[in-house]
Amino acid sequence: MPTPLHSEAREEERERQAGFACRVFCCAGTACLSAEGEAVWESLIDARATHGLKDKVDLVRTGCMGLCSKGPLVRVEMADVAPCLYGPVSAMFARLIMTEHVAPALARGDEFIRPEFLASQALPSDLAFFAQQKRVVLSRIDRADPERITDALAHGAYVALAGALEKQPQALIDELQASGLRGRGGGGYPTGQKWANAAGTEADRRFVICNGDEGDPGAYVDRSILEGDPHAVLEGMLLSGYAVGASHGYVYVRAEYELAVRRVRCAIEQAREQGLLGDAVMGSDFAFDCKVFTAAGAFVCGEETALIASIEGQRGTPRPRPPYPSECGLWGCPTVISNVETLANVPRIIEQSAAWFRSIGTADSPGTKVFSMAGRARLAGLVEVPMGTKLSTVVDSLGGGTKTGRPVRAVQIGGLSGGLVPAEQLDTTLSYEAMSELGSIVGSGGMIVLDDNDDLLDLARFFLQYAVEESCGRCAACRIGTHQLLNLATKIREEGATDDDLVLAERLSETMQATSLCGLGKAAPRTLMSFLRNWSDLVPRKETSTGGDA
Amino acid sequence: MTTTCCERCERDTLIDDMPEARQALETYLDGLPLTDKPERNQGFLIQSLHKAQALFGYLPESVQLFVANKLGIHLSQVYGVISFYSFFTDSPLGDFRINVCTGTACFVKGAGKILEEFVRLLGIEEGETSGDLRFSLGGLRCVGACSLAPVVMVNERVYGNVTAEMVPEILNDCE
Repeated sequence: MPTPLHSEAREEERERQAGFACRVFCCAGTACLSAEGEAVWESLIDARATHGLKDKVDLVRTGCMGLCSKGPLVRVEMADVAPCLYGPVSAMFARLIMTEHVAPALARGDEFIRPEFLASQALPSDLAFFAQQKRVVLSRIDRADPERITDALAHGAYVALAGALEKQPQALIDELQASGLRGRGGGGYPTGQKWANAAGTEADRRFVICNGDEGDPGAYVDRSILEGDPHAVLEGMLLSGYAVGASHGYVYVRAEYELAVRRVRCAIEQAREQGLLGDAVMGSDFAFDCKVFTAAGAFVCGEETALIASIEGQRGTPRPRPPYPSECGLWGCPTVISNVETLANVPRIIEQSAAWFRSIGTADSPGTKVFSMAGRARLAGLVEVPMGTKLSTVVDSLGGGTKTGRPVRAVQIGGLSGGLVPAEQLDTTLSYEAMSELGSIVGSGGMIVLDDNDDLLDLARFFLQYAVEESCGRCAACRIGTHQLLNLATKIREEGATDDDLVLAERLSETMQATSLCGLGKAAPRTLMSFLRNWSDLVPRKETSTGGDA
Repeated sequence: MTTTCCERCERDTLIDDMPEARQALETYLDGLPLTDKPERNQGFLIQSLHKAQALFGYLPESVQLFVANKLGIHLSQVYGVISFYSFFTDSPLGDFRINVCTGTACFVKGAGKILEEFVRLLGIEEGETSGDLRFSLGGLRCVGACSLAPVVMVNERVYGNVTAEMVPEILNDCE
């Protein structure tokens, strides 16, 4: 429900943009910034001044535009003309965009014809990478300036919150349960159920935590959302808080994600100024405030009980569940802890209805999922597709196959906790139910495409090495199991496997999956085991002496 | 510089060697809404250590003890936290902190070879700092710039699509 706050923001944005005949959007996600995006931005500002176009051309920095492998990306938008996306853009080329495209197009209007050399650097407007996406969570990310709240408000941020504050909290819980939204961090637990549990537990205080400890190597979905649309996450937290009766929230972000930390802090400050956080949220009697907790580098803290220990200032070791955090979490109080992408889905559901959300995706996995594609993929970056999309569609159509031109051998999905999906099984759909049948998970969104030159056993060793380093050591199954599996994988790679080795690997992995305290130990064997089971022809075998007394 | 309180122990004096940093840390810690309940104060430990490391560069025992006393918790609890989280370090780092990303995309695209090249040229192993405190070499947990893999970070600067041949150039940039 739009409020006076929204009309004011829209008015302010309209006034700001009134004189602009052209808007130039520049991607300010980490990948583009790392590829000299800062110089591109400065070059655009400089060139605009040179042409005296400060009043005619609006320059906007946005969140991740998605096609990271073609970064830095710059998009030119003018009335009555299709938007034009350029990439990769150098500082020099950014100047040319202003000199040879924007300035002459403004001067000549319809008679402007874009020079050939510019067109060659533009990305086709019908690129499958964009055309086949369904953007729900990422709908604002490439349009609005994450550091200007009026821009976010003008694009519909906090509309869901305004509507929700008119309703009873129970109505929100019912709506979210009806939507079937499941946690996007890997677990897939129904979010509405968490809300119901937390709201139903007697307590004086309750907490909301946003889990932004995206530790899986190869996943950068949460980082992109925090950087590109922090208000969606804050609105999701506010809605969670209102539904369960919490008045404090923590945004737990990895220390490595400096830009995300900065943007979330900025968003919190601006939301406070607008009365969206504080003692009277939007003038209601609901009080809610948020702060950022900068993590200190421990993969296991992505596990919810470890994360809570970490906020309490302890070593981030998990504890057995139950009790679940929704009953006994931070400082012993009921705590709703959700992943970044999950929270960003919440405002969309509350605004549009559970039925709308269920119209996307599959029956058991409604909605969309964001993936970060990398590795050998020709087009790497951030994609959002409906749940139930075939993995092959994402890899072949959106990603354009491999950059090397070699056939895909496997797709590593879900990071450490996922597994390898063989090329023959790429027709599997991306949904919780189908992926778990394969012994993998949808996971946090990391997707690494591998070709037939990639050494899968070495990759499995890499994951085990990572698990050894990141195991917190609390339970023996994980502490010892990861070491033993790593030794075994190394031995297999160097000397070849005997039948006994393969049996031992199976037994170790079964034990770890059955007895580890948290997801890290349960998941650590997955990549090795999916390799041993699916590529038996690629497993090096030890020559055993034949005949004799066997 | 080190001092000794008995013949068995040796404690650094960094907290006193850097009076300005000490003052800034003290002001920060005194500004926290601390209580007389240590278990509640511990909730401020990680953010205090972030602050302390930003001020001192690293967290040797003298700094740990200073924080512990202010929060009213044991030195062992502070050390327990520092040794658990990879972001905190109790030994000094070099002026140029070279970190090779160890994420999956970087691994697949040959981050291992790049790390080997740094080891060869710098003569230090991963996790070590050169004797003159110029270079530290380490692995970096995935920064999520996977489209630029393999990625190397030197302090705040990011190098993308790095090859082993580029390693000498990167070291040349460290001036």
